[in-house]
Amino acid sequence: MTVAVNPTQTGEPVFYLADEHPHPEGYSTSLGFWIYLMSDCLIFAMLFAAFGVLGANYAAGPAPKDLFDLNLVAVNTSMLLLSSITYGFAMLTMQQNKIAQTQMWLLITGLFGAAFIGIELTEFAHMIHEGATPQRSAFLSAFFTLVGTHGLHVSCGLIWLVTLMVQVWRFGLIEANRRRLMCLSMFWHFLDVVWIGVFTFVYLLGVLR
Amino acid sequence: MSPDLLKFIFGRLGFDSLPLHEPILVGTFAMVALGGVTLLAGLTYFRLWGYLWREWFTTVDHKRIGIMYMILGIVMLLRGFADALMMRAQQAMAFNGSEGFLPAHHYDQVFTAHGVIMIFFVAMPLVTGLMNYVVPLQIGARDVSFPFLNNFSFWMTVGGAVLVMASLFIGEFARTGWLAYPPLSNIGYSPDVGVDYYIWALQVAGVGTTLSGINLICTIVKLRCPGMTMMKMPVFTWTSLCTNILIVASFPVLTVVLALLSLDRYVGTNFFTNDFGGSPMMYVNLIWIWGHPEVYILVLPAFGIFSEVTSTFSGKRLFGYTSMVYATVVITILSYLVWLHHFFTMGSGASVNSFFGITTMIISIPTGAKMFNWLFTMYRGRIRYELPMLWTIAFMLTFVIGGMTGVLLAVPPADFVLHNSLFLIAHFHNVIIGGVVFGAFAGINYWFPKAFGFKLDPFWGKCSFWFWVTGFYMAFMPLYVLGLMGVTRRLRVFDDASLQVWFVIAAIGAGLVFLGILSMLMQFAVSFLKREQLKDVTGDPWDARTLEWATSSPPPDYNFAFTPVVHDNDAWWDMKKRGYQRPLMGFKSIHMPSSTGTGIILAGFATAMGFGLIWYMWWLAALSFIALLAVGIGHTFNYHRDFDIPADDVIRTEDARTKLLAGAK
Repeated sequence: MTVAVNPTQTGEPVFYLADEHPHPEGYSTSLGFWIYLMSDCLIFAMLFAAFGVLGANYAAGPAPKDLFDLNLVAVNTSMLLLSSITYGFAMLTMQQNKIAQTQMWLLITGLFGAAFIGIELTEFAHMIHEGATPQRSAFLSAFFTLVGTHGLHVSCGLIWLVTLMVQVWRFGLIEANRRRLMCLSMFWHFLDVVWIGVFTFVYLLGVLR
Repeated sequence: MSPDLLKFIFGRLGFDSLPLHEPILVGTFAMVALGGVTLLAGLTYFRLWGYLWREWFTTVDHKRIGIMYMILGIVMLLRGFADALMMRAQQAMAFNGSEGFLPAHHYDQVFTAHGVIMIFFVAMPLVTGLMNYVVPLQIGARDVSFPFLNNFSFWMTVGGAVLVMASLFIGEFARTGWLAYPPLSNIGYSPDVGVDYYIWALQVAGVGTTLSGINLICTIVKLRCPGMTMMKMPVFTWTSLCTNILIVASFPVLTVVLALLSLDRYVGTNFFTNDFGGSPMMYVNLIWIWGHPEVYILVLPAFGIFSEVTSTFSGKRLFGYTSMVYATVVITILSYLVWLHHFFTMGSGASVNSFFGITTMIISIPTGAKMFNWLFTMYRGRIRYELPMLWTIAFMLTFVIGGMTGVLLAVPPADFVLHNSLFLIAHFHNVIIGGVVFGAFAGINYWFPKAFGFKLDPFWGKCSFWFWVTGFYMAFMPLYVLGLMGVTRRLRVFDDASLQVWFVIAAIGAGLVFLGILSMLMQFAVSFLKREQLKDVTGDPWDARTLEWATSSPPPDYNFAFTPVVHDNDAWWDMKKRGYQRPLMGFKSIHMPSSTGTGIILAGFATAMGFGLIWYMWWLAALSFIALLAVGIGHTFNYHRDFDIPADDVIRTEDARTKLLAGAK
């Protein structure tokens, strides 16, 4: 916003805006959402730190080598990465004001996300069935909490995605809905970045250990 | 009913959870219940419920939310201080074979509740309340960035306070000390509901605090009026910005550490256990990574208040504005690099301890710079000893003592002797009371006329001031002595009779502080009765310097009829000096956010969920969670969240002010 804060031509200083316009709706939203994401990032940072401290404390229980099936994790990772790409397509079509295509890409994103959660739950169920429960050792406590918190975030993202699809369906791609889709986009990609961290530090380095 | 069904409905809650065998608690409950019923009956009789709901509970106006935060803080101060009096009385009595009047399990709850309440539900609401009220006015904004979120944050804080208060009469509070270190706080050693109350009260309130931090950062970054560059912001706004950055960068840590503790307690994981690879020391590290920034979260806004007060009442521009800003930023950063000084005795080794000892000492440099800035502001100033200035001077004297004992404790070898002793207790009360509490009182006395249109009564204010200051020194100087003699904290009975005299002096000091609190309540009551005499119609009773004094007292809903344009740090002073004429015509309609009840409803469900989780009433927790989701999502379907104040209303409000100002001359 450019405003003449210098003295007017008569030399009188300007102390107030005689003709002002209110800030547009959602003026602070993207900054606010970024800051929120950073606070969420800190939550993951703490969980990574806890995993870093406790990740080798197997308490004579199973170690990553015994538990992780890297092929399954690779499939799971690709689900999430693909969902990020399809969300990107949803944003592109949103820019072109194509409601039907936006909805379609959102739906596909949601399906990839649901597949990710499904695979993760299968993995968890398998581990628990093997006796590798969160209670078994500090390593497993930290593992389930870190990966589970990420999964919980993705699940929240799915609920949010469905809500937004309903809102786009009912109210169209109005300004408010575009802003919300933008926020969810940031959230979704953020979770992707966190997963890259999980994949590297928990799974890959875990198996190497 | 079958026991299974009862257990399903009430979880762990039964008649034996009610402390009917404790006369102190039953008496307190009777008094609270009586007072509560009288209050509710009065509200009903005077038909105030609708007014309260419409104008206060559902408001998104940052000024009203700020006032509600202050009320919450002051009410909780009474509770927290009652705990303090009980502790001081217990320790003064429990000599020569006497057990005092508090049984161990009650005493342990009292010192835990005292710490938790004073930090989370007194200091935080007072600081947040002042920031909420003042910051938008100081930057010439109409409200905060996210007004609905602001209302929600406030009610989440209330939800946490409600859970702490509920623990007094339903079940018990934690007996672990205010940071609930495991393994003591783990399920094996604290199987009862106390620690669960602690966890969920802080989690519910913590959500509110984090969101309010995000909100105020956005407000300060995005909503400053034209001309107000970063280096033209009032110092209070600067310190608020840094505090809120600290909040956002540290409260998530608390959220995680408490979540991990609750997983240990509820699910049986092994984060902080002694066996299966858990690490209790990780809890201590994590919670202090939040905990140390937290003390700066509290004290930075107080520094901001002192800066405003000193420059206003010395009639001078603040000395060293730029260095003040840099000192604040440096403190913000350094506050993350010192957490380990809270447990030098953990045994991290000489190198680690040296590092944290040195960083701790370095923090005293920017703080000292601030102290000199205030002194040089006063130097050759025409100082007016009004109440805010008195509190500021008391702060400067007291805080320097607290700071020096802090530097002493920062030396690891000295800390090995003084760790967990009453010397430490004296030190942190010295800085928190001398810094945060005195700051909040300076702020209350300074901005009260802005909020209500009349000044606070100086006589009772001075009584409060002198009782507080003398009481503080009497209560805590003996604790330094006791700490140096090796007395540790949280003791309930003593063997060495020669120590008693110090505890008696401390108890008398606490009694004086009690008189200070009573005087303050008296000050509010007397000021309200004498509000016509103490009235201020100018909106600028102190001849002050920053923008909040440019508008009326109390400010209209929209704060400023026209958004101000700023040319100087002391924007309002500059306007006064250069012949600013208040605009009398050309008013337009003003766009404002509308009230909503969603915040209080959501917070209500969150509190119910916390209660359900504490008592293992899983159905209540699940239902509340679903309701939380449903109401939250439902709220997003409301796309019409603001309205326009018609130009006619603005004209009417501003004309009324014009008449008042004309009458004042």
